[in-house]
Amino acid sequence: MSAVDVARIRNDFPILTQKIREKPLIYLDNAASSQKPVSVIDAISNNYRLDYANIHRGVHTLSQRSTDGFEGAREKVRAFLNAESVKEIIFVRGATEGINLIAQSYGRSTLGQDDEIIITTMEHHANIVPWQMLCEQTGARLRVVPMTERGELILDDYAALFNSKTRLVSVAHMSNALGTINPIAKMIKTAHSHNVPVVLDGAQAAPHMITDVRALDCDFYVFSGHKLYGPAGIGVLYGKQALLESMPPYQGGGDMIRKVSFQETEYNDLPYKFEAGTPAIADVIGLGAAIDYVTGIGLDNIAAYEDDLLRYAMEQVNHIPELRVIGEAAQKGAILSFVLEGIHPHDIGTLLDSVGIAIRAGHHCAMPVMDFYQVPATARASFAMYNTEQEIDTLVSALKELIKVFR
Amino acid sequence: MFEDLRDLYQEVIFDHNRNPRNFRVIENASRAVEGFNPLCGDRLTLYLNIVAGVIEDVSFQGSGCAISTASVSLMTEIIKGKTESEAEALFTQFHRMTTTEGEVDLEAVGKLAVLAGVKDYPARVKCATLAWHTLDTALKNEGQTSISTE
Repeated sequence: MSAVDVARIRNDFPILTQKIREKPLIYLDNAASSQKPVSVIDAISNNYRLDYANIHRGVHTLSQRSTDGFEGAREKVRAFLNAESVKEIIFVRGATEGINLIAQSYGRSTLGQDDEIIITTMEHHANIVPWQMLCEQTGARLRVVPMTERGELILDDYAALFNSKTRLVSVAHMSNALGTINPIAKMIKTAHSHNVPVVLDGAQAAPHMITDVRALDCDFYVFSGHKLYGPAGIGVLYGKQALLESMPPYQGGGDMIRKVSFQETEYNDLPYKFEAGTPAIADVIGLGAAIDYVTGIGLDNIAAYEDDLLRYAMEQVNHIPELRVIGEAAQKGAILSFVLEGIHPHDIGTLLDSVGIAIRAGHHCAMPVMDFYQVPATARASFAMYNTEQEIDTLVSALKELIKVFR
Repeated sequence: MFEDLRDLYQEVIFDHNRNPRNFRVIENASRAVEGFNPLCGDRLTLYLNIVAGVIEDVSFQGSGCAISTASVSLMTEIIKGKTESEAEALFTQFHRMTTTEGEVDLEAVGKLAVLAGVKDYPARVKCATLAWHTLDTALKNEGQTSISTE
């Protein structure tokens, strides 16, 4: 196995030590949200205990401390994504708000009647609905990249979708329902050859692999803190500076202005232009601590460890003839989506919970993916750096037992 | 391994899940209503033949979890031959039983009591009540053809 010391990592996550219905908790719902290390919990709590005040413009000590913590976290995010400047790092509530911001600011100011936006079959609703709303507002149209039965995008079809009306591509870096890691470098090159900017939904990818927005040359990147072992309700929008500068503000309010009179308002510089109102100060600082935590372990180490876990899990479930894996892309993150013949995913979820195993059952906010595979829902086990092969063994034996109970 | 869940998943439920009763289409049914739970994708169509206020025949089609399948299967058994108002009264009893709002007449609910366990699993209550909400819609609104529980 790789350079990840799982026992030590598990010690950092207080929630993992508890029992659920008298069984040790096995938390396999990380694609929905991951648990928090004590350093993140402490960073939030210490801000409120010791340093909390509103940020920016404050002349007192606490305001300065909170501002330093807040802007320090922005620099951590910049380094995490390898962005060129902190001006390109906008704090939002999560990946969802990031996409809505792009749609309503960039999209609404640049798209018109019959323009086209390309998304894919495997998108989360958060990367579908904001674009549909934009289409309703502007008369633009959605084009959808198809995928194969294995859950891989068909790149020839993608390339064929481009025409003189194509204005934007928005695609998941990694699929939440299938685990597929999309060939985004290639997809970005294709889009750029048509002068079309690309939005990457990094909600799933950010916790599992190194993301270098400059190497990828993506135009926008969004991710959520809560899937990256950080607080819920905070996330990041990265945008290339020139694009962000060309965009109108998303929301109006305090902090996003330089000068206000009743005649006119002069907007603030980046990144503040897009950060109206008092932000989630402690949570931003918590997100900074989460980034410190994962970079301390090393995202390449995390990726390698999770790859091993996924491979192990796929091997183990291969021995269950009643189990069908949904999503078998060659490039795949640590997500195991599956259905069991004759057993509804919700029954699987409830039965597994009774032995301490937390998985997700449902459509995973990706109803078009469920339609594609003609299933109402799937069960999904998603792994993180604190999961173990032993936990997968417990999952697999519980699944075998469950099949017997239903027979 | 799953001993803790025996209150929720009783043998009767497995039995109805494996062999749902009245699982068929009634051609020319006097009412046909679709019930859908978008949260979990459970979907069923309930068919009723009501003659002079009496449920002469009832059946269903659809797919869902064991709880929802057993619930609709049991419901079709118990309401067949009942009057509309008797069926409505049963719905009230069933609703109380699964949400613990008010006293339940155990004699009236009869076999449905196997579903009482869902009250301890808030995430699963809707699975058990989908069938009954669909029935309620069918009885109250002659014209309506679908309901959604979310």
